[in-house]
Amino acid sequence: MDESLALFIEIVPTLLAAVPVTLILTFLSAIIGNTLALPVAVGSLSPHFYLRYPSLFYIFVMRGTPLLAQTYLIYYGLGEFFPGTWVQKSFLWPYLRDGFWYAIFAFSLNTAGYTGEILRGAIMAVPKGEIEAARAFGFSSALIFWRVTLPRAIQICLPTMTGETILLLKATSLASLITVWEVMGTARQIQKVTFRVYEPLIAAGILYILMVFVLTRLMMIVERRINRHRLAPA
Amino acid sequence: MDQASLFSLLSFGPDGWGMRFVEGLVVTVEVSVAAYCISLVLGLIGAGAKLSNSKVARGVADLYTTLVRALPELLLLLLIYFSGADAIKFILSLISEDFDDFEINPFAAAVAALGFIGGAYMTEVMRGAILSIPNGQIEAAKACGMSRFLILRRVILPQMLRYALPGMGNLWLSATKDSSLISVLGNTQDLLFMGYRASAVTKHYGFFYSVAAILFLAITIISMIVIKMLEARVNRGYR
Repeated sequence: MDESLALFIEIVPTLLAAVPVTLILTFLSAIIGNTLALPVAVGSLSPHFYLRYPSLFYIFVMRGTPLLAQTYLIYYGLGEFFPGTWVQKSFLWPYLRDGFWYAIFAFSLNTAGYTGEILRGAIMAVPKGEIEAARAFGFSSALIFWRVTLPRAIQICLPTMTGETILLLKATSLASLITVWEVMGTARQIQKVTFRVYEPLIAAGILYILMVFVLTRLMMIVERRINRHRLAPA
Repeated sequence: MDQASLFSLLSFGPDGWGMRFVEGLVVTVEVSVAAYCISLVLGLIGAGAKLSNSKVARGVADLYTTLVRALPELLLLLLIYFSGADAIKFILSLISEDFDDFEINPFAAAVAALGFIGGAYMTEVMRGAILSIPNGQIEAAKACGMSRFLILRRVILPQMLRYALPGMGNLWLSATKDSSLISVLGNTQDLLFMGYRASAVTKHYGFFYSVAAILFLAITIISMIVIKMLEARVNRGYR
């Protein structure tokens, strides 16, 4: 038991050093993915056939296949679809060699699909009267979307988005399988070096729980701020 | 390599990977079904514990769902996979020394781990569904003199199914996708593992991972159709 504890103390700094990688993976993917989700959601509600069906198909594919399969496909498979050595000669090569950017790419696309579906539901749930009221004020369609529909939709789906962001934080552990040394990858590395099975995994688990806890708290603050007009004045 | 020869790699003959992928598909479905059944049982027990009067039962159930839902599936899978095997080996070693070189079927350990993870999410779905049953229904059953077990069997279970089915359907879809994680454990022969194996041998990574993804999509499509039919069936008295 003492031995376990000593190992614990020994490995925690190494794992802590990997926490920023997990957080950057999470937040960068969340920002890119949620931004991409907007055109996906709007497209899926468009009356135009060529916008609606590709968007719906995109959502379906992202939600219908495992994230791990998507990650592998992007990390290992992209080279087959874009063959040739020009990629290696381009100035982007130092970035394209690194699993990190493939992970960001895969998680962003996946998030865009999941959030796209959530946002789609939220946009449909915006009360019609509010849009009619905006129209009665002479708002243009674009203005209605930016000032009424979108803010209301975000407000409606924020609790779901909180859950989705936590799922994303947990999903970043898959990046360890494409050579990104975030918390999970570091834990597995320690496992291989120290020949200990449990301590690295348990230490990593504690870190994940802490991260989820902090993230939940942060999102609660955001939710309270966005809903502040609904709360009774203090 | 041109398109025609690429698809010939997928042929069902001895040189093709077609049959391997079908086997992988079967393994993925089997693992998902087995894990899902475990999660159904754990979900029912968990929901019962969460709604029980016992403080200990509620505490344990809360700890279970909170921990499982806060930890990455991959980490839990590895943790349960290793610890489950060790625990069983330890128990067996107490019984007899004959079991010293006893090997846990890695497959069973992976299924148990996936079921354990799914059970936490299932607990929440079942809890919500039980709470949605109007209280009058249960009171009426009590007034009729039904025993607690009979109430569960005749009143709670049939009615909660209607409320639980959308959540259960989503969890089935996650179960099929989460089952792909077991490919991390090594020689698992599941769909994603076949994609990995085929692409490593032929160096057509993009093509074979796409094949695996399309087959996962096929599972999803079929599941969605079945779920829709089941939902229509449990709701038949309400339309």
